[in-house]
Order: sequence, then C-alpha cells, then structure tokens
Amino acid sequence: MQLIIGFAKGSNGRRRPLFARSPEQLDQLILEDNPPLNLAVYLRKPEIKRLGKAGVVATPAILRSVLQLAAENQYHDSEALFLALDADGAVVELSAVDQIAAFVSSSPNTPFPSGDGIQSKDREERFAYWQQEFERCIRCYACRASCPMCYCEQCIADSNQPQWVPVPPHTLGNLEWHVARAMHLAGRCVGCGACSKACPAGIPLGLMNQFLAELVEKEFGQRAGMATKLDYPLSVFNVKDREDFIK
Amino acid sequence: MTMIDRKLLKKESVGPLMAVLRDSGRRIIAPQSVGSAPGAWYRELGPEDELDLEHLTTLSPKSAFLPMVEEILRFRNEGKRIVIDDCKIQAQPTVIFGSRPCDTRALHALDAVFLRQPEDMFFREKRAATTVITFSCAAADPDCFCTSVGGGPRDPEGSDLLVTGIGNDCWLVEVWTLKGKQVVELAPHLFQPAGEVETECLVAKVPVRFSLDDVRKHLPVLFNDEEFWREQSLACLGCSSCAFVCPNCSCFDIQDEADLKGGSRLRCWDSCGQKLFTLHASGHNPRGGQSQRWRQRVMHKFSYLPEKEGLIGCVGCGRCSRACPADMNLVERLTAIAEARV
Repeated sequence: MQLIIGFAKGSNGRRRPLFARSPEQLDQLILEDNPPLNLAVYLRKPEIKRLGKAGVVATPAILRSVLQLAAENQYHDSEALFLALDADGAVVELSAVDQIAAFVSSSPNTPFPSGDGIQSKDREERFAYWQQEFERCIRCYACRASCPMCYCEQCIADSNQPQWVPVPPHTLGNLEWHVARAMHLAGRCVGCGACSKACPAGIPLGLMNQFLAELVEKEFGQRAGMATKLDYPLSVFNVKDREDFIK
Repeated sequence: MTMIDRKLLKKESVGPLMAVLRDSGRRIIAPQSVGSAPGAWYRELGPEDELDLEHLTTLSPKSAFLPMVEEILRFRNEGKRIVIDDCKIQAQPTVIFGSRPCDTRALHALDAVFLRQPEDMFFREKRAATTVITFSCAAADPDCFCTSVGGGPRDPEGSDLLVTGIGNDCWLVEVWTLKGKQVVELAPHLFQPAGEVETECLVAKVPVRFSLDDVRKHLPVLFNDEEFWREQSLACLGCSSCAFVCPNCSCFDIQDEADLKGGSRLRCWDSCGQKLFTLHASGHNPRGGQSQRWRQRVMHKFSYLPEKEGLIGCVGCGRCSRACPADMNLVERLTAIAEARV
C-alpha cells in the first residue's frame, strides 16, 4: 500500500480528502460520517493512480460505488484495499470484489436521502419545481466531476458532432443535461449524494437519481451497488423484454 | 480615483431610492434569496421583492455584464446563401444595488479583457449602461482575503457609489463617479450632506494572509516544477466550480445552435479547469492533466494578468474556497507558493 485515501480536517470547518503517503500523515486521518464527496471518485484519477496502490477509508456509499464500478468492469479485484467498520466498530479490510459484496449485503441497507416531499407532488408541480431549480444551474458540471459513476472518457455533454445536449446554460440546455444525466444513472446511482453537495448552486440533484433508483428497484428489482453482477435495465438487451410500451 | 462627494442616506430611504431608480427606467439587480437555494442571488429586484444584504451571494454580479449565455449573432439559410444578422445588444439602464467591494473591484479584470481593442461591444454597452452601488463589508468570513490581493472591505475601486454603515439607521454614501452623482441627483431629497468630518465606519477586519509580491516572484520559477503542481492539485476533481463562481474569470466558449433554417451563435461561460477547454481537434491536449489545468488557473490570475494588464485576476472574495467540494483552499495554495523555497 503506497497511499491511504481518507478525510482530514480541512479549512474553516470543512473536511478535505487526505492522500497519506507516510505513516506520519496518517495522524491527520479522521472518520467522517457525512463526507463532502465520494472518495471512490479518486480511484479513476490518473494523478492518484500513479501514486501506487491505494487503501481507502470506506463508508457504505464508497463500497457500494466500488461494487457498482466492478459490475461495470471499471474496478477489478484487489485494485485497492478498503478499510471499513463492521457493526461492532472493528476495522475490516476488504479487497476482492466478492468480499466487498458480502460485506455490503450483511450491512444495513442505507436509505436514499429523503426529498422534501417533492416526490409526492403531482407532475406539473414537480416540473415547475425542477424548472425553478435548474434556473440556477451554471453548467459547471461539478455534478459529473464528483460522481464515481460518471467515468465516461467522453461525456455526452462534451460531444459536439453531433451535439446531443445543448451546451448553453439556458432553460432547455439545463433541463436536457440533468435529465440525460439522471437517465444515464438510472439504476446505477448508489445515492451517495456527492452531486448535491458538489453543486455550487445548491440544486438537490440527488433527488432525481433517487426517484429513478426507486423506480428501477420497483420495476426491475435491482438496486445499484448491491451485487457484483447486475443486468442494467437501460444497457441490457433481452429478447424477453416487454415491448408493449413502444407504440 | 477621486471622491466627488459624500452624503448621508437614512436606512429607511433605501426603499424610496429604489423606487426613484425604477421610475427613472433603470432596472435594479440586487441580492435576494431564491427559494430554498443557499446564499443570496443577484436577480432583478421588483417593488415587492426583498433585498438581502446579509448573506453572501453564491455568484458575483458578473453576469450583468457577461451573461452565462448570450446571443452574439444570428444566421439563416436563404437558398444557397447564409445571411448573417446582427443581434440587438440588450443594454437596459441598470443599477447593481448591493455589490461587495471585492466583486466591484473584479470589474477591472473584466474591463481589461473586454474593453481592450477591439472592444467587445456586448460587454461595453452593458458596462456603460450600468451603475454599481457597492456596500462596504461590515462582516467578513474566514474565507475572505480581499486585503491580500490589494482590495479591502471598504475599497471604492470600480464603484460609482460606495455605501458604508455608520450606525444603526444611517449609511455614508461616497460618490466616486459621475454615474454615481446622477443617482444622487435623481433623488436629492433623500440624501443629506455628510460634511467633512471623518465618521466612525462599520467595516470588517480582514487580515492579510500571504505576500502577493512573493507569489508573483515565485510563480515563474515554480512553473516547471511539475511535482509541485501535482501535489497542489491532487484533490482537484476538475469540476470547475471555482471558475464558475469567480467574479474575475472571463473565459467563454462559442456555441452554434441551429436547425435547417438557421440559428444563433452563443457565447457561454467556460473554464480552464475542464479538459475539453484545451483539447485539440487532433486529440492532443496541451493541458492533458488536472495539475496543468490547476497551474494555468493560478498562473493566469497571479502571473499572466499582472504581467499583461497590470492587475491581479483575483479579488479575494473566497467563493472558490467555499464552493470547492475537495476543499482546495486558494489562500493555502497561494501561501504555499509565497513560502516556497525557490
């Protein structure tokens, strides 16, 4: 292990990621229940990869992210070591994907962050709510950068031939971007909430993902980051799929 | 800059002053709360809206001059010809009411970019039509560092009027420009003479955090120290929040939106923190790593702009530090640069 990734005390009451490369630096490590970002996002960064094999102080959300990444062939057995706390508060070392899966399935299920009742509102009210929220979007893509599942080398929003999603931060462009992102994360989002926390405009983006995650779970019986192998409703073709919804 | 005049304004006269400004055909852009969104937001302030001078604004009033998205021309297909139509420049007489000294100072960096020859007419017209009424800061938070980059909580730079609290029910209004004088002349009955006596002003104390001279001296030397920049930016997610909340950042992207009949050319905010910013059509990226993009951000603000335009591309508002999900505190980074052994 050349590197331990965790959280340390940051500036002005904040928490910041720690990349400890010596035992002395480990003294700064703190356990953070409500982290400002999902550390799994660093596993794909070339600057971090070149530091060597990493150990990650892992919360349930991080472990589920890694499981989801493994199911999508983005994380492979023993690429990193995860240090998690079991129910008794003892440190458990997890490395193989099966180990992580066993640990996750034996841990209590983390509920998705609850929305402020927006889900129960009717369609028009929900649409009006999101229009109002997206009006503040500045299209910095911090939601994408903070998301462990947004690992595409070329994002659909960066493609300009053809241009799928309008780049300007106008009403249509913002709506298309956030809906596209939510759809791409449907059944893949583990509900860590990093996007909502990273958004400088304070848009509760995680609510959209939560809505779709619940829908996918209800319709397909799947929940992201719970198993090493998943069939994603939106990326798998099955001849038995119902097609009666296509008019 | 020379002060033209000093006046007193009762707090209860702020509402009537805004009514006068509106009646004169000016639109007022001012901080207010927006739904459940954190902080305050610059929006057009209608007669029924409530001014929020207490909370920090998530964004600066920059978008009044450089909108997040702006149409700069239109084109249409006529047979085999493409006809280009100019866009009408939207420059409504505007008053920015309740800017902060740091945000107002940032207009200098925007002026340097957009008013150099050839002038950017979209920016120029809006800038000319806008009066900036700045309020001195009575409080600062630990992320504020205006005094480290040449500004201060009562810095008049760029303001047409600078308003400072001098007690519970009164503001001291300093008139710094002719545009500011025009505002006072619109409602002379609301202002009282302030006299010559220096009044006790309610102004925040913002300590100097690092030596700007040392930052500027060390940057060209550190430029090639790849390890230094990699270490500084290890936590950077490349999310660009810092650039999008920055009152100085002025980089933009040009996008065409069109259908078969024609379309628009749009200017949108952009950021050097994103890898697409410098990606060549060949696939080569001269700033291929996040550390190079971070270095560019720091160099541009603290080395290139000072060298080229004689000003710092940072006003110490602290927004980048507050917005960064990885807590890449700019003051800490600049302190490390100032204290580096080079």
